[in-house]
Amino acid sequence: MSTTQTSVAVGAEVEPDYLACSKGWKSWLFTLDHKRIGVMYLIAISASFFLGGLFALGIRLELFHPGEDFVDADGYNQLFTLHGAVMVFLFIIPGIPAALGNFVLPLMLGAKDVAFPRMNLASFWLWMFGAVFFVAVLASGGLDTGWTFYTPYSVEAQTAVIAAATGAFILGFSSIFTGINFIVTIHKMRPVGMTWFRMPLFLWGMYATAIIQVLATPVLGITLLLLVFERLTGAGIFDPNNGGDPILYQHFFWFYSHPAVYIMILPAMAIVSELVSVFSRKPIFGYKMIAYSSVAIALLGFLVWGHHMFTSGESKVAAAIFSALTFSVSIPSAIKVFNWLATMYKGSISLATPMLYALAFIFLFLIGGLTGLFLGTLSTDVHLHDTYFVVAHFHYVMVGGTLFAFLGGLHYWWPKMFGRMYSEKGAAISCLVAFAGFNIAFFPMFPLGAKGMPRRYWYYLEQDFISYHQLATVGTVLLGFGLLGIVIVLLRSLKSGEKAPANPWGGATMEWDAASPPIHHNFHHTPPVHDPYRFDDLRRDPATGNYSRTDAAEPVSSH
Amino acid sequence: MTIAEPSTPVQHEAEHGDHPPFIAHHFEDANHQFESGKLGMWIFLVTEILFFSGMFCAYAVYRSMHPEIFSYAAQFLDSKLGGINTVVLICSSLTAAWSVRCAQLGQRKGLILTLALTIIGAFGFLGIKYVEYSHKFHDGLLPGKYYQVQSESVADVGLAPSVTGAEGDAATTEADSGAAGAHAAVEDEHAGSHAPAEGPEPDNVKIFFGIYFAMTGVHGLHVIIGIGVYIWLLFRAIRGDFRPDYYGPVDFTALYWHLVDLIWIFLFPLLYLIH
Amino acid sequence: MMLTLAQAGEGTFWFPAQAAEDAAKVDDLFYFVLYVSVFFFLLIMTILSIFVIRYRRRDDSAPQKSPSHNTVLEIVWSVIPTALVVYMFYAGFTEYLSKRQPPAETYEIGVTAQKWSWNFTYPNGHVTDVLHVPVDENVSVLMTSEDVIHSFFVPAFREKMDVVPGRYTKAWFKPTMVGEFDLFCAEYCGTSHSEMITKVVVHPQDGPDSFEEWLREDSDFLSKLSPVDAGKKVYQMRGCAQCHSTDGTSGNGPTFKGVWGTERRMADGSAVTFDENYVRESILQPKAKVLVGYEPVMPTFQGRIKDDEITALIAFLKSLQ
Repeated sequence: MSTTQTSVAVGAEVEPDYLACSKGWKSWLFTLDHKRIGVMYLIAISASFFLGGLFALGIRLELFHPGEDFVDADGYNQLFTLHGAVMVFLFIIPGIPAALGNFVLPLMLGAKDVAFPRMNLASFWLWMFGAVFFVAVLASGGLDTGWTFYTPYSVEAQTAVIAAATGAFILGFSSIFTGINFIVTIHKMRPVGMTWFRMPLFLWGMYATAIIQVLATPVLGITLLLLVFERLTGAGIFDPNNGGDPILYQHFFWFYSHPAVYIMILPAMAIVSELVSVFSRKPIFGYKMIAYSSVAIALLGFLVWGHHMFTSGESKVAAAIFSALTFSVSIPSAIKVFNWLATMYKGSISLATPMLYALAFIFLFLIGGLTGLFLGTLSTDVHLHDTYFVVAHFHYVMVGGTLFAFLGGLHYWWPKMFGRMYSEKGAAISCLVAFAGFNIAFFPMFPLGAKGMPRRYWYYLEQDFISYHQLATVGTVLLGFGLLGIVIVLLRSLKSGEKAPANPWGGATMEWDAASPPIHHNFHHTPPVHDPYRFDDLRRDPATGNYSRTDAAEPVSSH
Repeated sequence: MTIAEPSTPVQHEAEHGDHPPFIAHHFEDANHQFESGKLGMWIFLVTEILFFSGMFCAYAVYRSMHPEIFSYAAQFLDSKLGGINTVVLICSSLTAAWSVRCAQLGQRKGLILTLALTIIGAFGFLGIKYVEYSHKFHDGLLPGKYYQVQSESVADVGLAPSVTGAEGDAATTEADSGAAGAHAAVEDEHAGSHAPAEGPEPDNVKIFFGIYFAMTGVHGLHVIIGIGVYIWLLFRAIRGDFRPDYYGPVDFTALYWHLVDLIWIFLFPLLYLIH
Repeated sequence: MMLTLAQAGEGTFWFPAQAAEDAAKVDDLFYFVLYVSVFFFLLIMTILSIFVIRYRRRDDSAPQKSPSHNTVLEIVWSVIPTALVVYMFYAGFTEYLSKRQPPAETYEIGVTAQKWSWNFTYPNGHVTDVLHVPVDENVSVLMTSEDVIHSFFVPAFREKMDVVPGRYTKAWFKPTMVGEFDLFCAEYCGTSHSEMITKVVVHPQDGPDSFEEWLREDSDFLSKLSPVDAGKKVYQMRGCAQCHSTDGTSGNGPTFKGVWGTERRMADGSAVTFDENYVRESILQPKAKVLVGYEPVMPTFQGRIKDDEITALIAFLKSLQ
């Protein structure tokens, strides 16, 4: 990695960047610098993602044929459980907030760090500690309860449920720490002049996400704790064989895990709001509506958990209320899509790689969101619940939505993080391959599920379902190649990429005022606050590729 | 129109080296740091309340499903010891609040004394809790499979009949059990009349002790964590770290301690007093 | 006697055959949501494509001025989707109410789910592992589970309901098409979740294949068949076949081939002869003596199986030398 002493943005002082300012593994593992913690998170969650991806590949290869190919039923159950658990707890929930958010959030605020740097490091360490438990699960015979740990199966399963639940419990605390940190940072560290409604939308998204992390995760914590208690003592809280109520577990679990879906998607929407605006060089359309809709989604997200349980025998009144509230979440989501579209109207649209991801996100999230309507509708959900239709739906939201937005954000902030530009061509091709592979893998699952293929099946009825499964497997392999391409392109850029200017995309938020990569304390002088979505005063210097503000650019008023 | 070149951070740059050692480099001044810490602590307390709310929720569900278990089992709890413990915890909360006042006024001796008293109160609470727990262990009043009552007053009925067997019966004699409806828990069907506290032991009394140990156990864990933090504060107070413009840790820990106290004030009547 | 009808009815791109009265209504609502979704998807993607092409960045000049908000437009694109989803909610809810509210008169069948098979109990006490129902009659199923949560799912009926231990759940349907349809377990329940598949056989109203005829014939098997054949039927209908093979392969439970009379080692180290008493005990108290190398996962049949059936089963096991 380079020691780019970029003086493009900040004048004469020469100070080593955050990557070069100190050396040795201790300077990383015990750093309090939010940027280094963000980078460590990035490496850790990427490794988890590839582990989870290997499990997914195993699932798809096994399902290429209906019979036993290379894993037996138990092996298959472990594959989908570990795929789900690793992807949800280790990758997608910490993904955008802890990796990208950690790096970007203080920079966007013009601050030197998050409010509680030690707690930030503790969050990372807790993540590692939780991950150790997951590795222990792998080593001690796996886990076969499904990532949802439904009781009473999880009480009597013979696999390492306690280790996995403990791991998830610890990861929950990691997530809470990040949430508390972000809320306090956004409340207390905003620079003079950045009022709530002058915050970049990414910060709004992070704020809404942090609220969910703080309010929902403790409930998961206590649920898992009670599950472990139940397994150890047979206390009879969730296990009907001891007089407990297994449905209560589902209520507790989804009270966390549905809001957790918004922990995944709100940061994704926040990134896309930034990308669409910057790459259209247009102020975001309906700023306040997007900001409000983030908070609305965060709050409504707490009231819809029962829609996972329409077939559990819950009362008709409960079903009606949960269905209605579920539909109410669809409206703010729809508004965001229309706002992004309107932002592009009469814009100056660049199809740089981050924008490709943003467009892919809109395509995929639209499908994911619209298919949610089928599942929110009570009578159709009875048929579609727990089939591949649901599998396809949430993969369109979580992978098509969150993963693609994460990759978009990663490509957008990569030059800032590492000071290098990647190959546009390679990145764009990888993006398209992954996009095509994803659709081939998951679209066939919609008709497959509607035809009645239940999820979590190792074996299936050949004549009805084989062609869909084979298509899905081919798509998964293609998606894998796309992801591999992304890794190669990004890693190559570290070695041989061009040096990145401070502001390669023409972004107006404050992180682009810092050098690429930033110095240890982020800024030599706290930069003035500008309107985060005003692009007309930014001009590109063809020689360096850097966008800088023209003299006319006046910072916003603080009143 | 004021230009928003923020003045404070620039001064901040200038006095980078002059920062008092207790202020982290990214805060503007002591007050900024204190306010941030306080907000963080409040948010953490919100997560704590939600953490316990899961168990209160489970308590409410089982109490409404099996009121007979709760009224029967509560007689095994010693409300005298519980009451003493409540007083002990409230007193330690008082000394915790006092310690904040001492820290604000820079009274180092008072601070050390009140912190020590808080720790003593906390240990007192745990000691009484230990006495209670050991009685329960001795009598076999334990959760789940460890529930094994030996005392004569409750042994006449013995353990609950297996629920599994009852379901099997119900399933085969399906003739008119449809009336039971989707929500009728099987246990309710053969639990019969709700037993009075002195009557025969209802089924699944162990559920009560499951909830009792889960709630008081997690609460006790919070007390132990509190003791750890208070010992650390005592150490720092003796070292003379705290001063009127830097007493955040004392203040935040006291907030946490009040919450632990408050949760006990809910637990005590719910578990010990309501029959 | 088993019907040998083929899988009935033709499916569409989206759905299997509509074999129950409510299926068409569910499908119609699905198609309504589908058309709305396709319309909005195409609309948004078309506009998006036009914008990307039309406003593609050509040089670094600033974009044209355009409004940063437009109240009328924002109200329009909030109100129209709201109206559509309100309708979706209403239609889905009313249909759900009728799905969840059985008519006054139904033919009630008891369903017991266990790892990993289904038992269906008819009003006369007869038990099968395949669900038999009459066509054009309201059938309700009263369900409970012996162990973990399962879910009763018949795609052709568009019906699904979880089967929960410790409580009863209920579903109903009115089959409209004679034939055989798949019945799945839709809630993950452990190792052989994906083999917890059986069939629903919908019988015609009249004739030799009618439901009445079938039930009369099938209930009588103990007296009609030889003990070995009757035992084989018990073996199948009680779901033994899900875990215990008769060809020597080992499943979730040990095979029954060639084990009669042999000495068997238990998980606790003791040795037991595989005889009449051991078989009887294992059916009624399956967790008492578990063969070494197997998990104690078998549910008890105490109170659910007749002595005659156990006797027939013993005759069948003896025959598997």
